[in-house]
Amino acid sequence: MKTGRGPFYLLVTLLLITGSLLTAYRYAMFDVPWMPGEKRQIWSVEAQVDFIALGEPVKVSLAIPDSQPGFERVGERTASPGYGLAFVENNENNHGRRAEWSIREAQGRQTLYYQVEMLVDPDAAGAETAVEPPISRVRLDGPHATVVNLILERARERSADPYTLTRELIHEFNRQSQSASLLTQMKPRGAWLVDMLHMAGIPAREVQALNLEDGRRRQQVVNLLQVFEGENYQLFDMHSGKPGKQTNQLLWEYYSAPLLDIVGGRNSRLSFSMIEQEVPVNRMLEEGTFPAAQNLLDFSIHSLPLSEQALFKGILLIPVGVLIVSLLRIIVGVRTSGTFMPVLIAMAFIQTSLLTGLVGFILIVAAGLMIRSYLSRLNLLLVARISAVIISVIIMIAAFSVLSYQLGLTEGLKITFFPMIILAWTIERMSILWEEEGPKEVLTQGGGSLMVALFAYLVMSNDVVRHLTFNFLGLQFLFMALVLLIGNYTGYRLLELRRFQPMLGERA
Amino acid sequence: MAWHRLMRLLPFRRLSEQGVLGMNRRNISYISSYNPRELYPLVDDKLKTKRLALHHGVTTPELLGVIEYQHDVTRVGTLVEGLDNFCIKPAKGSGGKGILVVSRVEDGVFYRSNGQELSLRDLKRHVSNILAGLFSLSGSPDVAVFEALIEADDSLRDYSFEGVPDVRIIVFRGFPVMAMMRLSCAVSHGKANLHQGAVGVGIDIASGAAVRAVQRNKLVLSHPDTGKDLQSLRIPQWPTLLDLSCACADMTGLGYLGVDLVLDRRRGPMLLELNARPGLTIQLANGAGLLPRLRRIEAFTQVPQMTIAQRVAYVRKHFASVDAQRNSPPQFVPEKCSG
Repeated sequence: MKTGRGPFYLLVTLLLITGSLLTAYRYAMFDVPWMPGEKRQIWSVEAQVDFIALGEPVKVSLAIPDSQPGFERVGERTASPGYGLAFVENNENNHGRRAEWSIREAQGRQTLYYQVEMLVDPDAAGAETAVEPPISRVRLDGPHATVVNLILERARERSADPYTLTRELIHEFNRQSQSASLLTQMKPRGAWLVDMLHMAGIPAREVQALNLEDGRRRQQVVNLLQVFEGENYQLFDMHSGKPGKQTNQLLWEYYSAPLLDIVGGRNSRLSFSMIEQEVPVNRMLEEGTFPAAQNLLDFSIHSLPLSEQALFKGILLIPVGVLIVSLLRIIVGVRTSGTFMPVLIAMAFIQTSLLTGLVGFILIVAAGLMIRSYLSRLNLLLVARISAVIISVIIMIAAFSVLSYQLGLTEGLKITFFPMIILAWTIERMSILWEEEGPKEVLTQGGGSLMVALFAYLVMSNDVVRHLTFNFLGLQFLFMALVLLIGNYTGYRLLELRRFQPMLGERA
Repeated sequence: MAWHRLMRLLPFRRLSEQGVLGMNRRNISYISSYNPRELYPLVDDKLKTKRLALHHGVTTPELLGVIEYQHDVTRVGTLVEGLDNFCIKPAKGSGGKGILVVSRVEDGVFYRSNGQELSLRDLKRHVSNILAGLFSLSGSPDVAVFEALIEADDSLRDYSFEGVPDVRIIVFRGFPVMAMMRLSCAVSHGKANLHQGAVGVGIDIASGAAVRAVQRNKLVLSHPDTGKDLQSLRIPQWPTLLDLSCACADMTGLGYLGVDLVLDRRRGPMLLELNARPGLTIQLANGAGLLPRLRRIEAFTQVPQMTIAQRVAYVRKHFASVDAQRNSPPQFVPEKCSG
């Protein structure tokens, strides 16, 4: 009261702000949803390579996609019995990511599969697809130059920016069919369009993309024109000039490299099939398929190995339990035996499932109280007596486990999850309480502890709570702030309303 | 603070209007604000309290002996030899835990105040438990203190069953602010602890007369065992007790203190024990909240340079109970709540 509370509230405010910001950051930047049931759209695309092997060493190189605007690559796998496989990232030659299969000898019909899972994520930014290609210098002569210049000139007059210029170029190509056919005799339409855009100083390239449609099989890639303006790009259909929709067009190959390259085989065929899946986000988080942290600011448990993550899953729940105990003890005024014993019991309940846990807890404590009442007659020193209780608790747990296993109740084995030292102390304390204050007080405090443990269990086993504590580390700061605030609570406890009831009746 | 405003909104409003001090506020605003941590051992260890009292000339029950080590437990026999009655206490016990009162010894059998028979072996076991820290505040090793039994003053004898009644006075910054007498009864097994079922009688600070009485948070009119009308209770030598409580508080330096005093038949008022975390039921026994009185004392910006006599005069003037001053037959509205 006498010391200034300023620094305290500053600390609480800081904790609140830090916690909220971290939480919001994680929500906004990583799209971790608030609710565990939330789902995300994932496209599973399978590329099937068929070819006839010629009985000699075979090398197959397939262009494969990476994360790109609109899609985040969250997983990939292959099925190719007998083949050696490597994913090659070859940025120097500008070939992008490729899957390379190899085998010493293969004969006859071969089928290789490559499957990629793409998470639909409007915020995803792929580094590679968005990098504009260098503008090549185009040298033309003779009639081609005249035609190209004519088309380019017309299109430029009717356009305002790179995108409209592209559209007009394609329209012009369609309109002047004679000139166009002159050009396409030399090289395909796509190459000319790219050349003309480069002549106009606009970065552009031909890419191969897949139109994503749920449940489609035997699809082929389509050639699209990718035109850049600054950091953005747009895809154009080369015949209609319509801009493509990025949301369901997956760029498969975007380095102007061959889609499929086979040495030692012939009659190769590449086809795609795809399905759309709705995957719950928490499953993705558990499987580690969710986009992981990339720098220190993206501080999250997910950057740890899976086994440690599982450990933290439990540890991060403890603050919730502790918060509940603080609330129930300070605001409500429930009496428990042992301050945080209920949290440990609740943790044990999570491991054992509620019913097994409750039955086990009551069995052990009841049996322990009986043993303890005998021990108290032996006139032992305190430390030795508690040690004796610990040992008997362990013997009981072993006995219960064996017994229940023999009876075919495998549930009984979970009893080993109970914290034994804590149980022993609980037994000791309750036994003293019994001697000092009678069984009623034992029931009050034991019941209070069990009630708090149950409450903590219900909250801690809640899916939403588990999801939130595990995925939003910032919440721990909020818990801290809350506990500090509760520690500053000078108001009445709820149960004090009842306690002081006689005083209220009189002079109200 | 924000909590204060909150308290006016919730159903706690009526408690707040009565000035009832709650557990949380007691802990934060009084105990931890006014009681320096380093002074706790003075009151948590009864031996230290005793030494301090001796040094300041405050009377305490006669010390018969101390057992400090496990191997000395065999000395229990020689220590209690020839004694008709005595009590064994853990030096660091709390809430009356571990206090064993032997009121009669016959043929080597020790009778507790409630008639339970104990052998010397039982006594040794109890002492051994005390030494192991079973009853101490934090489970730390403890020592067993043997004290002469107090004999209740004649005028108070009928008000208590088995045990000796004691007076609890809350002393805040050197001012006695509220008082109550605790009467043991059959339900409480001769113990004077309210949560064990003893009767608490609110005592008017001004006169030492009973205000009202509660047992297990319920109003009672007469002692459940002896049937004595509790309203007639008037504590003899009340001003001396008030002086003594102030002296006790002054010698410890604790700002918020519960002083437990007894009136011995032969030796007069003496200090039984001190408590740095006094309970809140005293408000129920007095039918008044502590907060208005505490705030009044808090209004002194500095601990005033007042003598004990001045302080006692101050509280007798300002904290007199309305109920007790009427001094006419008490008018209770038991159990009937008007609201």
